[in-house]
Amino acid sequence: MDQDPSNHQPSSAQNSEIPTLVSIVEALLFTSQKALSLKELVSLIQSASTALQEEIQKTFTSINEQKIREALEMLHEELSISKRAYELRETASGWQLVTKSLFAPWLRQLFREVRPSRLSPPALETLAIIAYRQPITRADLEAIRGVAVDGVVQTLLDRGLIRITGRADIPGRPLLYATSQLFLDHFGLLSLNELPNATELGKIPLPRAPLPSPKKEQELTSSQENEEGKLTCYSSSIIPK
Amino acid sequence: MGQSADTNNKSVMTHAQLPSQNDAYKVSLDIFEGPLDLLLYLIKKEEVDIYEVSMEKITKQYLQYLDAFEVLNIEIAGEFMVMAATLLYIKSRTLLPKNEQMPGEEAEEDDPGWELIRQLIEYKKFKEAALHLRDQEEYQATIFSRPQSSLETTLSLLPQENILFKEVSIFDLIHAFQKALHRLPKEENFREIFEETYTVSSRIEYLIGALAHGITMKFEELFSSTATRAQLVVTFLAMLELIRMKYLCVRQDTHCSTIWIERQQKTSHQLEWDKQNSVTS
Repeated sequence: MDQDPSNHQPSSAQNSEIPTLVSIVEALLFTSQKALSLKELVSLIQSASTALQEEIQKTFTSINEQKIREALEMLHEELSISKRAYELRETASGWQLVTKSLFAPWLRQLFREVRPSRLSPPALETLAIIAYRQPITRADLEAIRGVAVDGVVQTLLDRGLIRITGRADIPGRPLLYATSQLFLDHFGLLSLNELPNATELGKIPLPRAPLPSPKKEQELTSSQENEEGKLTCYSSSIIPK
Repeated sequence: MGQSADTNNKSVMTHAQLPSQNDAYKVSLDIFEGPLDLLLYLIKKEEVDIYEVSMEKITKQYLQYLDAFEVLNIEIAGEFMVMAATLLYIKSRTLLPKNEQMPGEEAEEDDPGWELIRQLIEYKKFKEAALHLRDQEEYQATIFSRPQSSLETTLSLLPQENILFKEVSIFDLIHAFQKALHRLPKEENFREIFEETYTVSSRIEYLIGALAHGITMKFEELFSSTATRAQLVVTFLAMLELIRMKYLCVRQDTHCSTIWIERQQKTSHQLEWDKQNSVTS
């Protein structure tokens, strides 16, 4: 663009100037208050094209996800070459521009008055169990943690980190809990597969809560068996056989 | 409760005439930590591999913690008692000569001692996973994007800035309390029992005064003016109550395990509330 270096006014688009797809994507990501998914980017650009002049319209109505992907790739390149303070980042909910980690000390000054309350260790541990073993009932959660989880589960629900996904198909039809999209975004995970040690922790047999049934008395003195192997709820093991 | 056959196990505290019980002041802490957390905490303090741990020793320490909770009148979940029973049952089995142990219990899976260890190991893996999540969370807090209109939501989960301090659990506090108790002179000064000024409420006032804005105190310093067991207990309870009310916060130096106590800094919500109600710090 021909621009007088001494002119500090924002450049006004001239009629003949057609921005590149890359710069449009950049403008959208810069302004958006949340991450934008590929779908959203395609939809935004397509709806904008109806307001454009006819010759330009053609270029943009054929936009698809593949073209956006390529544009994002180029944007990423351009940003790193020009050594910007921010970079492109893919999150579970889409793409966004974020500042680089090293600027944290300065950026924190912008938010100094806010003294955040972090998740307590029990909350984090309960969240971890839900993340690896979802969907999971409250009773199974308590069998693993060895203590009641009511307050913690409520906190996690309030913060939007977990959600209710349905009911288990066992007597009592207890609620099932799973992590939410916000959980992924908050921890910077693209998907549940990115959980550290996902395969190991997802599979190991764990204590299960005894199934609620009229025969509960008898069940307490014998172990619970399932296809994963022989398990015993620890509270039942204090009763000598 | 917590009486074991071994008299060496007897706790340091007696249940006699503590102002906390006269006050009918019960501290109800929402301790979401459970017996497994306490066991892992004790095992970690021993610095031995979980397989090498002496169940005997851990059981003894576990019961001492339950005693401390009792003396301090702190409510804990029933699961702690169930675990105490389990531990004692495990211990009793090891005392039986081999040929008198329950028949048909040769297999490791049936051994509740091994069962407990297995459960602890697996739970420990989740705790480690939680630490990884914490690391991710902390990294996420260093990168910023255009904030949403409500600042509070995006930043509500930011970690605190000083990474040298680790969070203090109730078990750490009880441990420090037990140490302080041990440091007291052995003889009880009976004159002090009749002192009226040592109520939890008066100690709360004292702590609020002592820990003005910006002042940080070591745990031990809080108790430098306490001479008797009763005074120590009451001061400790006052501190716990202020922590629960989020008036005070506690941190522990990762290197030397000193516990620091200071006034909780206000969130922007609180500052806003203060402004609207013309409260000056």
